[in-house]
Amino acid sequence: MAGKRRALSETDAPVTPDLERSAIRAESRRGFLLALPGYAYLVIFFAVPMLIIFVYSFGTRTATGKTLLGEWNLDSYQRLFNHFVLGILWRSLALALATTVISLLVAYPFAYYIATRGPRLRGLLMVLVMVPFWTNFLVRTYAWRLILGRNGPLAAVLGFIGVNEPRLLFTNAGILIGLVYGHLPFMVLPLYASIERLDWSLVEAARDLYANGWKAFRKVTLPLSMAGVVGGTILTFIPAFGAYIEPELLGGAQTMMLGSFIQKQYYAVSDWPFGSALSFVIMALMLVGTIIYFRRGGRTA
Amino acid sequence: MTVQSAIRRHGALERVLAAHSWVVYVFFYAPIIVLVVFSFNDGRQVSIWQGASLRWYRQMLQDDALMSALRNSIIVAVVSTLVSTALGTATALALERFRFRGQRVYDGLLYLPIIVPEVTLAAMMLVFFIQAFDYIGRLTGSTPNLSLTTIILSHICFNISFVTVVVRARLAGLDPSLEEAAADLYASRWQAFRRVTLPLIMPGVLGGALLALTMSLDDVVTTSFVSGPGSTTLPVYVFGLVKKGVTPVINAVSALMLLASMALVFSSLLAQRGGSAAKARQRKKEKKA
Amino acid sequence: MSGVAVELTAVSKRFGEVAAVREVDLEICDGEFFSLLGPSGCGKTTTLRMIAGLEFPTEGSVRICGQEMGLRPPNKRPVNTVFQSYALFPHMTVFRNVAFGLEMSKVPTTQIAERVKAAVDLVRLSGMEKRKPAQLSGGQQQRVALARALVNQPRVLLLDEPLGALDLKLRQAMQVELKDLQQRLGITFIYVTHDQEEALTMSDRIGVMHEGRLLQVGPPEEIYEHPRTRFVADFIGETNFVAVTVVGPGRVRLPGGEVVQALTHSPAGTAATLAVRPEKVCLARPGAAPAAGPEVNCLEGVVRRRVYLGNSLYYHVELGATTMRARLENAPGVGQFAEGDPVCVVWEAGSGEALEG
Repeated sequence: MAGKRRALSETDAPVTPDLERSAIRAESRRGFLLALPGYAYLVIFFAVPMLIIFVYSFGTRTATGKTLLGEWNLDSYQRLFNHFVLGILWRSLALALATTVISLLVAYPFAYYIATRGPRLRGLLMVLVMVPFWTNFLVRTYAWRLILGRNGPLAAVLGFIGVNEPRLLFTNAGILIGLVYGHLPFMVLPLYASIERLDWSLVEAARDLYANGWKAFRKVTLPLSMAGVVGGTILTFIPAFGAYIEPELLGGAQTMMLGSFIQKQYYAVSDWPFGSALSFVIMALMLVGTIIYFRRGGRTA
Repeated sequence: MTVQSAIRRHGALERVLAAHSWVVYVFFYAPIIVLVVFSFNDGRQVSIWQGASLRWYRQMLQDDALMSALRNSIIVAVVSTLVSTALGTATALALERFRFRGQRVYDGLLYLPIIVPEVTLAAMMLVFFIQAFDYIGRLTGSTPNLSLTTIILSHICFNISFVTVVVRARLAGLDPSLEEAAADLYASRWQAFRRVTLPLIMPGVLGGALLALTMSLDDVVTTSFVSGPGSTTLPVYVFGLVKKGVTPVINAVSALMLLASMALVFSSLLAQRGGSAAKARQRKKEKKA
Repeated sequence: MSGVAVELTAVSKRFGEVAAVREVDLEICDGEFFSLLGPSGCGKTTTLRMIAGLEFPTEGSVRICGQEMGLRPPNKRPVNTVFQSYALFPHMTVFRNVAFGLEMSKVPTTQIAERVKAAVDLVRLSGMEKRKPAQLSGGQQQRVALARALVNQPRVLLLDEPLGALDLKLRQAMQVELKDLQQRLGITFIYVTHDQEEALTMSDRIGVMHEGRLLQVGPPEEIYEHPRTRFVADFIGETNFVAVTVVGPGRVRLPGGEVVQALTHSPAGTAATLAVRPEKVCLARPGAAPAAGPEVNCLEGVVRRRVYLGNSLYYHVELGATTMRARLENAPGVGQFAEGDPVCVVWEAGSGEALEG
């Protein structure tokens, strides 16, 4: 093969359609080889694991906690509809939705404000947003544990106002605060990117046309920044849905989310088929949801 | 038509937006500041202030388990970044500059690690490794264990996608006739890459590498699934500590981790801005000449 | 110094179903300034790229200085290209840009400095070596692109619409400079453009392309005075087209029945298109006109429209069943007419060519 390839560029003969085809194929092959290492890696260490987990979800948990592959069944999938599991699924969904909505409401005016500053100030302000984002996620979430504690600084501040002994830690509210905190930058960035690219002459024209600023916003600015809204919501919802650290650090046994529940299946309970079924299902849900959402919201950059 | 004039008409609105933004910034930075402040807290009670002290920092440096976790983190981050940057850059080049069969499938496959919820990714890797170890054990007689290697392999998995996306964006903005010009001027494929393409996509490559490094250093979920005893990374170690019971040493460790990441980010930004600011200054000088 | 610099034989290029270039046969002589002229999409750039090696033909032979190129990549061909977008390396100074080809050819460093300096001086950019492309104006960037190609002393220089991005005055100045450069250096220039004026001004020979085919090759005068197809006559300059029937050698019949003299190439009875350039058409007051005679056509008509263009005047004259446009100079001594005036339309037999199609 290699010998033939080298010969191609060295043959000094008039070109024929066959030769042209060989040249095109050789180029194609070069591209394929370049992509091969990465491709092979992802196939072996991503596609195959996904397959294996799919297979495992049909397996059986033996009494000793090992997984028996061979007696295929749908037990794990049936257990998904169990009351307790549905409760956790529901909580994860609700919290993820709440996180997304709150983040959107907080991030949009924020991104809008930054995007409408002068170019140098814009850059600086975005850097200030990104710096906390680049620091360790675990540590920042842990910081909230500090703050929200019964005797923590937030309690002290609230105590001044007269609210005594607030119970925020180990509740849904605590988790929600942690979730919003962690995912806000993921909402701000796409929003900022799409607002910054807006054609402001259109906004100006809309203002002239509608006289009412809010209407101009609703009819012109918002639709034009929709790409950022779609991107931001996807980047916020999916991680929030499968969140693991926030519920572990800020939640309690009563406020378990999917992430921790799945982890328990693998470590504490050792029920791998069930864990695999859960993992696979949320992945499928997220994938389908993303595809549908994309189609409706239009492609983002 | 400036943006400013579009906003200034609504002075009140601008003030509200500004106030809102201030609040958001406080929200972002308060936890970090609180954490750093409390890392100097003298008392054992984590959230009650009892005077300033460095004792937790001193204790931290003497904690062997912690130090080894730190070492592991660095090893994992460096190795996985190097490998994923190389693979990701090659992939970006292949997808942007060539056409071959299976391209679109690969494209789709590339985005999956980013979209898949991390818990699922973690579970996938765990099950894969255990199954693989099982086969290897049956074939060779000795069964491998979860170790730094499994962590590194998992990190590379999601990092390839991140690097590819970043480099690809940079590559797409590059004029393809630049590479044609290089060829026209007698450069071989490799020379054209090294002298023209690579320098021009370097900001993208470095950006992707930095992203990969951060993702790797930060990672808790996947790492905790696929690490074995003796191969803990720093975030996972801290996570374990926090779950067991909060001790003030954690504050010190966390504060240091925060400061380290911030230093990393600042220095990389300074490097970028320094380069472009110097260039901009030079350009102004030249245009006047 | 004569010989064939570039020879294309039966060269075709197909992209899937689309034929971009169809069976082009072309010989470009050593040391000539050759232009490939045609509208967008006619295949001229693709042809140029096949000579450069940036594309391979689907079939055919490309020979440069007698050597068959086959599937040789561009870095193995003795040609250099000036790209439409200049393609200057943004991260390198002018010096490094120009030196690039020499470095790739492993020219010793001492020589590189000399040759780069000579090339930069040649395009009159001395003193700019340390600048980066972003710090240069469009015209300056274009010259760097030129120097970068010329420094390698290629036998053939390929230029892909290099002046397109420049404004009119600059473009005209550069046209003169390029032609001057080419004559001094004696290098073969193959120049792609859609601007016919540019091609006419600068070229030793022009090749007109349309829809992938090479329609006509020849010196500017030949292309202009004797276009061989309707497209060539239409694309270059202005032409009057009249559908006629050939009635005999040198004679055609107009739609209104009048028989006039023209250059014919097909037998009697065939349909053809009479092409006469407006500037070859004279107008005279009835009575003052020379009588029609051998080699001169003279018909009576009425001026229907008068268009004032500053340096000239266009008259649309109705002749029986056709309209012809005449272009008269706006000069003292040249008569002027008003709309509605009866006139005699006069043109020489040799000015009208009966083209096929």
